[in-house]
Amino acid sequence: MKSLFARYKRESSVAVSYLVLVILVAIIAPSFLQATNLRDLAMNNAAVLIVAVGMTLVILTGEIDISVGSQFAVTTYFAGMLAKAGIQPLLLIPAVVILGAALGAVGGVFVARLRMPSIVVTLALMVAWRDGLRWITEGTWVQDLPKNFQWFGLGQTLGQIVVVGVALVVLVSFGWALRNLAAGRAVYAVGSDAEAARLAGINPQRVVFTTFVLMGSLVGLAAVLSATRFSIVPSNAGIGLELKAIAAVVVGGTAINGGRGSILGTLIGVALLGTIGTALTFVGINPFWEKAIQGAIILAAVVSDVLVGRLGKPGIGKLGMRAETQP
Amino acid sequence: MKEEEGKAWDCDPSSFDTVLRARNIYKSYDGVQALRDVSFELRAGEVHALIGENGAGKSTLIKIITGAVQADSGEIELNGRTITNNSPAYAKSIGIAAIYQQPALFPDLTVAENISIGLESSGAWRKINWKKRRARAAQLLGQVGSRINPDIEVRELSMPEQQLVEIARALGANARVLIMDEPTASLAEEEAQNLYEVIGRLRASGVGIVYISHRLEELQIIADRVTVLRDGSYVGTQPMTDIERQELIRLMVGRELSAVFPKVIVEQGPVTFELRNVSCQANGTNGIDLAIHAGEIVGLAGLVGAGRTELARTIFGLEPADSGEIRLREKVVSIKQAAEAIELGIAYLPEDRRRHGVILDMPIDANVTLASLQKLMAGLAFDFEKERTIATNYVRRFAIKTPSIFAPVTTLSGGNQQKVALSRWLETNPSLLILDEPTQGIDVGAKAEIHALMGELSSRGTAILMISSELPEILGMSDRIVVMRHGTIAGVLTRAEATQQQIMSLALGHQTHPQITQITQIQEKN
Repeated sequence: MKSLFARYKRESSVAVSYLVLVILVAIIAPSFLQATNLRDLAMNNAAVLIVAVGMTLVILTGEIDISVGSQFAVTTYFAGMLAKAGIQPLLLIPAVVILGAALGAVGGVFVARLRMPSIVVTLALMVAWRDGLRWITEGTWVQDLPKNFQWFGLGQTLGQIVVVGVALVVLVSFGWALRNLAAGRAVYAVGSDAEAARLAGINPQRVVFTTFVLMGSLVGLAAVLSATRFSIVPSNAGIGLELKAIAAVVVGGTAINGGRGSILGTLIGVALLGTIGTALTFVGINPFWEKAIQGAIILAAVVSDVLVGRLGKPGIGKLGMRAETQP
Repeated sequence: MKEEEGKAWDCDPSSFDTVLRARNIYKSYDGVQALRDVSFELRAGEVHALIGENGAGKSTLIKIITGAVQADSGEIELNGRTITNNSPAYAKSIGIAAIYQQPALFPDLTVAENISIGLESSGAWRKINWKKRRARAAQLLGQVGSRINPDIEVRELSMPEQQLVEIARALGANARVLIMDEPTASLAEEEAQNLYEVIGRLRASGVGIVYISHRLEELQIIADRVTVLRDGSYVGTQPMTDIERQELIRLMVGRELSAVFPKVIVEQGPVTFELRNVSCQANGTNGIDLAIHAGEIVGLAGLVGAGRTELARTIFGLEPADSGEIRLREKVVSIKQAAEAIELGIAYLPEDRRRHGVILDMPIDANVTLASLQKLMAGLAFDFEKERTIATNYVRRFAIKTPSIFAPVTTLSGGNQQKVALSRWLETNPSLLILDEPTQGIDVGAKAEIHALMGELSSRGTAILMISSELPEILGMSDRIVVMRHGTIAGVLTRAEATQQQIMSLALGHQTHPQITQITQIQEKN
């Protein structure tokens, strides 16, 4: 059991920072812990959490997908159109998720099959999806969504529980699979060293392709959930979502070049970055500081990664210099 | 350089000046004594071998000499002057250069640029005299007998060529002491011979060379004296001519190894694995016919680039065969992916273990089970208990030195990393085990353990295909020796009839290279 702390060392240091933040804010402004505020926090971050789970997989394999914000725009718009056409949720949800998977698969083909650098591929796709959508929709929004689409017709309270519940199910099941399935081990192996993984009988291209498809599906799911919250779907949805997701993954201790990290860390990363803004308001600091503070946190996460790596602690510090070993 | 030119180096070696002297060096890391009262002396114009098992303190001594770490106590003298406040930059500036197994060059820069780095006066706004830079590079390369074009990028050079560039750079910095750490570890026999020639030339020009190697037979060819370290202590220094190979091994390990190659002669079973006219265009494997029996060790010899690793990769499905027939126990099989090969009971221990054999960031337990993950799935979930048991068993069985099975493999020494890599493949319970340079760059003790393991496996009926560039290993371990050249089989020799000379002449294509014959003869005399 003592290895539990050692295994989640990075995660626990972020978790401690998060706890300190929550406690400080709660002392200064006890109303922070009100049920409505906590519910709003959970609601605002459910979609980010789902996307960040997918991003964790992609980053663990050593790749990155910065097109998720645009994927989100396309899928959420698609969800709105389907809802307006009167499609029932039981059909609508799988349809949007499949569209998301297809968008992810496009990136996956370029990265895994054609072995192009993921940052360039997904940068191009980010522009392509978003401007493609703008071109088709001419910037219009989907308005007046049917009443039965909001909260899946379950009413606000139950609907909110479903949204947060789905996010938690995604979190737990991916966290479990990453640790308990051979496929999860393959993700880590590919991210650590793709060629070595190949020589151990793993097919790195298939692993990377699969993570891109899963990433897209999760974006689709997140898109449906957030579309049900309002009666409109803007065509500029999801701007900056990729940054939120990547930042949460990195703050959660996942190495940006792959091979190390966990879903648990990502949860804490999402929580920390998602709470900062509200916390500032409660403490009475100008919320314009939110982005600057988030930036500082991301920087601190990377710096600590490098510093710990330089100290030569085993298993940490891929960003820093690898500890020298005797030949 | 100017002052040295007039000297006559062909005089009696005992009158040579001592260029480098390390006296009573102590060094400890976190309470572990890495060096205890070690002394070392290097004369101008000698090749001084420094040997010892991994962990004996060779690397630490080198790091102290090159200024990478500081000794706790003791003195380093260069040309009689004590060095204080040593640092890598200072060591370089006074003529101490080091060349490691992996060349430390900039692959995207040209040869001339690489050589000029650190040699030309610096300053960001200084104008580069390209003509002069090229001429200087060509001249330095000429000194090591190489005609590499100074204008091509280093990435296009082969490993031995890169080494020559590094040596040229060291010469340009007026190196009086050149430290070479396992320079031939990844070279084929012929390339190594070229390097020996260059070393001979440097030695004649008065450079003192510290030569670290695990290949004892090459030391007998090129070294003048040898210093042995064991467990951080100085064991002794002797002229190379006075010492037998067995004696060297005894000094290094502090015990008598019963035999260098503990070959077990095994009654061979039926044919386990057979290739019939197998070719793969992608990697140049061409028309291979080869059958391996259960319990047989087939040694695959040849120069680097002869297609041995490529053949192994084709068998393992990494670059699948595009014609011919592969048979496993009489049944024709198709292998298009590594996963299929593993499924069929084929295991491949790749060369270059640090890059491909193990995943450095992963802990030992995950590395050991990586090729047999499916076996560990109990229903829906992963059986961590079983994984720990498996890993613990291998750590015990091979005496892998580690504080924990959860330690990342990057913290282990080379020999122990190789044992982890081997464990991974034994866990798949293979009927054909392909070993690609299994003992390259690992210490004598671990080497003997791996050889003993090969004997054990073959006596249990595993067919083994062993690629090795070390001829004594090929001769010592194989039942049959297959020599490759240009992607095809150049000849097959039985254990009884094979000699180093025959292997080399097959590998070179029957025209016997006079120099190599001469050297293999010397080796055989020893």
